[in-house]
Amino acid sequence: MRNHVWRPLYLVLGAIALLLVIRYFLVPKDFGVHGINFTYGFHRAGNIPEWQAVPVKYQGRESCTECHPENVAANASSKHAPIQCENCHGPALNHPESPAKLAIDTNRELCLRCHAALSTPGSQRSRIKGIDPASHNPGIPCRDCHNPHKPDLEDMQ
Amino acid sequence: MEPMIVHGLEWTSKELFVYPNEFIYWSIQIVMYPYMTGLVAGAFVLSSLYHVFDQKDLKELARFSLVFSLALLPTALMPLLFHLQQPLRGPNVMLTPHFTSAIAAFGIVFSTYAAIVLSEIWFVYREYFVAQALALRGQQGLGIAVKRLLYQALTLGAYDTSAPALAKDKKAIRILAGAGIPVACFLHGYAGFIFGSVKANALWMSPLMPVIFIMSAVVSGIALCMLTYIVIMKWQKFRAVPAKGTETAQVLGGVALEDVIGKASRYLLGFLVAAISLELLDLVFRGYTAMKSWDILRSVLYHKDFVSIFILQYGVGNLLPFALLILPRLTIRRTVLALIFILYGVFMMRWNVVIGGQAFSLSFAGFMQYHLPILPHNLDTFKEGLLGALTVAATPFVLFWLINKIVPSLKFEGGR
Amino acid sequence: MKCSRRDLLKTALTATAAAALPIAAFRFLSPAEVRAAVADPALRWGFLVDTEKCVGCGFCVKACKLENEVPYDVPVSRTWVERYSVTRDGQTHIDSPMAGRDGFTDPKVRDEAIDPAEITKAFFVPKLCNQCDNPACVQVCPVGATYQTKDGVVLVDRDWCIGCGYCIMACPYGVRFFHPVYKVAEKCNFCYHRISKGLKSACVEACPFGARQIGNLKNPEDPVTRIIMTQRVAVLKDEYGTKPQVFYIGLDRNVR
Repeated sequence: MRNHVWRPLYLVLGAIALLLVIRYFLVPKDFGVHGINFTYGFHRAGNIPEWQAVPVKYQGRESCTECHPENVAANASSKHAPIQCENCHGPALNHPESPAKLAIDTNRELCLRCHAALSTPGSQRSRIKGIDPASHNPGIPCRDCHNPHKPDLEDMQ
Repeated sequence: MEPMIVHGLEWTSKELFVYPNEFIYWSIQIVMYPYMTGLVAGAFVLSSLYHVFDQKDLKELARFSLVFSLALLPTALMPLLFHLQQPLRGPNVMLTPHFTSAIAAFGIVFSTYAAIVLSEIWFVYREYFVAQALALRGQQGLGIAVKRLLYQALTLGAYDTSAPALAKDKKAIRILAGAGIPVACFLHGYAGFIFGSVKANALWMSPLMPVIFIMSAVVSGIALCMLTYIVIMKWQKFRAVPAKGTETAQVLGGVALEDVIGKASRYLLGFLVAAISLELLDLVFRGYTAMKSWDILRSVLYHKDFVSIFILQYGVGNLLPFALLILPRLTIRRTVLALIFILYGVFMMRWNVVIGGQAFSLSFAGFMQYHLPILPHNLDTFKEGLLGALTVAATPFVLFWLINKIVPSLKFEGGR
Repeated sequence: MKCSRRDLLKTALTATAAAALPIAAFRFLSPAEVRAAVADPALRWGFLVDTEKCVGCGFCVKACKLENEVPYDVPVSRTWVERYSVTRDGQTHIDSPMAGRDGFTDPKVRDEAIDPAEITKAFFVPKLCNQCDNPACVQVCPVGATYQTKDGVVLVDRDWCIGCGYCIMACPYGVRFFHPVYKVAEKCNFCYHRISKGLKSACVEACPFGARQIGNLKNPEDPVTRIIMTQRVAVLKDEYGTKPQVFYIGLDRNVR
């Protein structure tokens, strides 16, 4: 008579076998060690191309020059030259297919990012001309007097 | 459209400088999880005190705590399912376990422990299953047939209940109970390792964490089993008051309830002393070595969380029950009070570790405060709020009641 | 006794069977696979932050959010800028309103007014994922949802992450968070989709002052690598042993 004490063990072994079968079907085939070791490289290989395929939103200044040469040229010879077009106009995405128009943000907050005068001794920021937003023409959009593409004070309206 | 919820934002308030992405991400359910696994470990150790170490006075309590341990096991899964942002992917831990992570050990340890508990219960109750299956033979009725099939299945085909066969059962029980102790400790030790190995968290990072967790887990497990046992025994006695109306001492297998509880209390005290010693050691070391994080930790431990740690956890949760249990002429009533305080103290320990570890920012220049959601208004505040915690807390009792219908663990007198 | 030996064997078998599960997982560690994995050692992404140049305009944070579709109006971000104002009494006042998304336009630090005359130095520190060489966040992921690519970037598999948050707790730098929509772990990945196409990360492109640079640490001719090799640079919190690969010029002792 076989010893009955082994019976729970058979159940356990059966459950383990079942789990291994389930794993075979549920775990993606490209899951494994793909990097330097198990600690840092254990993953689904197919995820990398998924991340690489994410669409690019910001297209960069070169893509603006073709249709907007005057603005780019004006900007290039001004103090605002280092600022990317898309910083203020938002990401180009598929412009001009979609979106047809990029936002022209006239909010003062946009300019205050750099031009709100703060006490920052030792920081590059103190070398940027700044104003106190509460006292310098409050409520009026900055671009009413300053041309954002060529903001040099000599060219003020 | 899925509601956009920054997880943790609703119940976190920040003070001074906290990194923008920091919130209290591990909240009440992560407090509940080690609490429940701790109860599991403790219940099993209590049961093993009889099966392995032949503490004969604990026989009835041992059988009860073994079954209660089984009721606690699926309950331990609940806080995790409530906490996961993707609960349906929970099985991924079993499918692609990344063993460098302490949480990945969960699948293995949990399954091993479940196998041991289930096997041990099978051996303890096999004779009962066989008796039920045979007794229900030949009776009519669909309900009876279902019951009979259930018990037949539970016998696993092993109908031999002769003395040698039962002796084999007893041997198997002893071995499983013995093997189960380190597994139960591992089950909860790794929970402590989850916290202790996080070098980024200045409060959690400590080699003592797994040991502290195990000690307090055993304390809580023994305490819960004792408490539930007393409650059930008193309730049964209340229902079966003798016609004469005289109060007779509760007798179980020849041993008075008072003696059983008194014996278990001694073990409880031992583990309680061990648990608090380790915690105080950790505290003293931190203060003495005064690492970079000590300034902010000191603010949290001695100021912001002072009441929570020293008054509620150490005072009410440790010192008070210690005094109650050590004073002479211990009564059931005083024991019950002490047990409730102990269970509260162990809960506060989990709270102070999990929430306390998130009370300060990684910047060491700011604080976060946890506001437990009381009334839920969405799924998040239910799962990670008071109601979610209470649901988890109530489940083992519901499960125990269900399991008890198949595997009766309470005998008023006599029995195996 | 024959009986006890059998039972002992039974327990041993149970334990072995239980161990069979993790051993089955280790089949992934075939030596040939590992050898093939170390294929391209010529590319390792590294980042350079020059805090001397940062003015706290926050265009980087705005660009990051829009480029990587992190919800704009929530306070979490893949990258952020911190402002440090050190006063004469030795106190350091730090803030990062909405992660620096709108720049810094208010002299008040977290609603606390500071006398400008008392400020002895103030500066801005951009932060992002350090794409560590020994990433603690990867080590603790229970399911292999986050990992390190061969070129050093740490990515998160949005389809496999279970949302346990262990990686978020394990990161000493606080760069990780739960994505409010996808409900999985999220963090900066150097704009992996851009750098893999030869473009620069969105924050690097957006910074008007050149405070952010990305380069290949394995290429000695790379301008970023050249600076790291020849100038004095620092990293954040190196005591954790994570080996961060974002290098800082002008990192002040007050920086958290």
